[in-house]
Amino acid sequence: MYKKKECVAMLLAGGQGSRLYTLTEKTAKPAVPFGAKYRIIDFTLSNCVNSHIDTVGVLTQYQPLVLNEYIGNGQPWDLDRMNGGVMVLPPYQGKDGADWYRGTANAIYQNLNFINRYDPDYVLVLSGDHIYKMDYSKMLDYHKKMNAAATIAVIDVPLEQASRFGIMNTDEDGKIIEFEEKPPKPKSTKASMGIYIFNKKLLENYLIADENNPDSVNDFGKNIIPAMLASGESMYAYSFSGYWKDVGTIESLWEAHMDLLGDEPVFNLFDSDWKIYSRNLIRSPHYIGGDAKVMNSIITEGCEVHGVVENSVLFGGVKVARGAYIRNSIIMNDTVIREGASVYYSIIDGDTEIGAGAQIGEVKESGKGITLVGSDLTIPHGTVIPAGDMVNAAYLDEKLKA
Amino acid sequence: MSVQGIIFSNLHDKNIPELTRRRTMASVPYACRYRLIDFALSNMVNSGISSISVITHYNYQSLMDHIGSGKDWDLARRSGGIKMLPPYMTAFSNNQNALYNTRLEALKSVNYSVSRFNADYVVLSDCDVICNIDLNDMINDHIANNADITMAVKRVLLTKESCKRNVIVDSDESGRITDVNAYPPNVTGYRDIDLNIFVVNREYLQSIVLDAIAHGYTSFNRDVLARGAARRNYRIYKYDGYFATINSLQDYYMHSMELLSDSKNRDQLFNVKNRPIYTKVRNSAPAKYNDSAKVSNSLIADGCVIDGTVENSILFRGVKVGKGTTVKNSILFQDAVTGENVFLNCVVADKNVVIRDGRILSGHESLPFFIDKGKMI
Repeated sequence: MYKKKECVAMLLAGGQGSRLYTLTEKTAKPAVPFGAKYRIIDFTLSNCVNSHIDTVGVLTQYQPLVLNEYIGNGQPWDLDRMNGGVMVLPPYQGKDGADWYRGTANAIYQNLNFINRYDPDYVLVLSGDHIYKMDYSKMLDYHKKMNAAATIAVIDVPLEQASRFGIMNTDEDGKIIEFEEKPPKPKSTKASMGIYIFNKKLLENYLIADENNPDSVNDFGKNIIPAMLASGESMYAYSFSGYWKDVGTIESLWEAHMDLLGDEPVFNLFDSDWKIYSRNLIRSPHYIGGDAKVMNSIITEGCEVHGVVENSVLFGGVKVARGAYIRNSIIMNDTVIREGASVYYSIIDGDTEIGAGAQIGEVKESGKGITLVGSDLTIPHGTVIPAGDMVNAAYLDEKLKA
Repeated sequence: MSVQGIIFSNLHDKNIPELTRRRTMASVPYACRYRLIDFALSNMVNSGISSISVITHYNYQSLMDHIGSGKDWDLARRSGGIKMLPPYMTAFSNNQNALYNTRLEALKSVNYSVSRFNADYVVLSDCDVICNIDLNDMINDHIANNADITMAVKRVLLTKESCKRNVIVDSDESGRITDVNAYPPNVTGYRDIDLNIFVVNREYLQSIVLDAIAHGYTSFNRDVLARGAARRNYRIYKYDGYFATINSLQDYYMHSMELLSDSKNRDQLFNVKNRPIYTKVRNSAPAKYNDSAKVSNSLIADGCVIDGTVENSILFRGVKVGKGTTVKNSILFQDAVTGENVFLNCVVADKNVVIRDGRILSGHESLPFFIDKGKMI
């Protein structure tokens, strides 16, 4: 027996995140590590739990192994529930054959049976690609108050950036009158955050209609939302103000990490009222050696620092040897930085070794962008990696041959 | 082969009254993020022991809070898992014999549970055994030698002072125990000391407890080990990794500082392959070092925010060090907060202590300055 839930969340976590290059070679984007001890999806999952939404379907498709293992039974987020909890929903083979998720709407369509088990009044559609803290229950209250068919969360973006987003044009009451996907001349600065609340019955009807439309690409932004608007459904924009960051590129991932630093960080992880939960790796406390210097940085369990770390984020188990310099960089799990190596404006993925005296990136921001070094690599001692390069095994082979 | 674990949570409470006034020895905080019982529990869990009883006595609220369902040690099980054994008092017993003092009395008081064990072997461990020991190897040694009791020992250099705090074990070349000498006044040199970790055959343990009840025995060392050594096959198991036990606040301070002074100690305790030390998950944010932070030779837990200077110190989860503040040679427990321009040297501050702006406090290595839980200075 399934008990009724007022609202079920569907978290779209199938994104490949190809602009994160080697970081998403083996993992889906929502499973990319973030903020020393989290993964990107932790923020959305924690938002769900903190908003008292305890039934979450996680739709996976691309490289799901790490993500599936990470989510497990949902225990770290208190989502191991008798009724509800977290459920990983991969594409499956049905009576009429197997099918990948063809688009965001199709992914939800294929899992209508999951949603219907809980007979919810509302469905919250989320994506696992953003860093933010948001109380979805307030958005649901707004949805109910406006008696809306659908509510879309929007955030004010600078006008010059508005053409990169889906833009909602609304009347004074917040009712959406027009939706434009990446408009060249935006009429408003209300950008869709990809967070939707639908009345379930209505959503089901539109999903079925969309599925029967051979011209549709089965996408919420491209098909479902325009179709609803065209039919004159009452749709509202819910304005969110606060930190919200898409970490889909190396640059934005780096920037989001820098936003965690400083005496008054732009994005505060130290919020006892809105804890971010993550799967805990069993590691000892971190040790800062006698000659170490650590400034304006975030460091977590298992690290051992003997060198200089400035404006940086160290993930679990990172070792920084004597005489090594880490500046404005992000070093992921269990990477080792040997004596005298220096790392500037870089992201180093996990389990990599930066050999003694190697130099990654340039001391000054060069305008060439962030340097990225993939996982499980050994950068030989003394190697110089120029700023902005993307280092993976193939790159390294070529470099060593030359 | 199945193994049951027993942990004694209160036996040595009186050693550090400062830290055990409101908690058991088992729940005394240690090394940034652990409680003492985490070491005994993790040693058992890492050796595949998944049924563990914790014998409690009094003051065990903090311990229950720490353990919860046991899931952070993978001990939330349908079968086995972790069980708390509080003192068994009936309405009519006048509380006679209800509260024990020694290990054997503790076992007698929970005979209701011990008599129902059905594992092949039982591992008994005190809660203040700060070490990372492979109990599987010890159990295999016990089985291979067909022993009745196997006792973990470590060879240490005893002084006139330290011998009074240890149980000294003599054995023959084959490893069979010949004598057990508790807290002797004057023994020096390299000797094997009892680490308070035992492997016992389950049926034999049950008979020991019944025998002790029948004869009014009270001491495991005197009435069991010393009395039976000649007839029974009691054996030692040599352990030579890091080991610490806590006899006083000064001892607590000294052993904590040992983790800073020698990386070998940290490695032997925390960085043993396949044998991590588990503890309660608190979901703290990672530690944050602000612009004016200066930290050296220190162990720092997640959740700390550091604006000041920290030297040779241990900061537990959620500690805040204010601007212009110096924390030297000190141990600050969970959520201790220092204001600005504070100076601390050789201080042990219990949980939730607040040290306000400008305070200067100093103890000495031989007598650390202790601040009780929740105090504001």
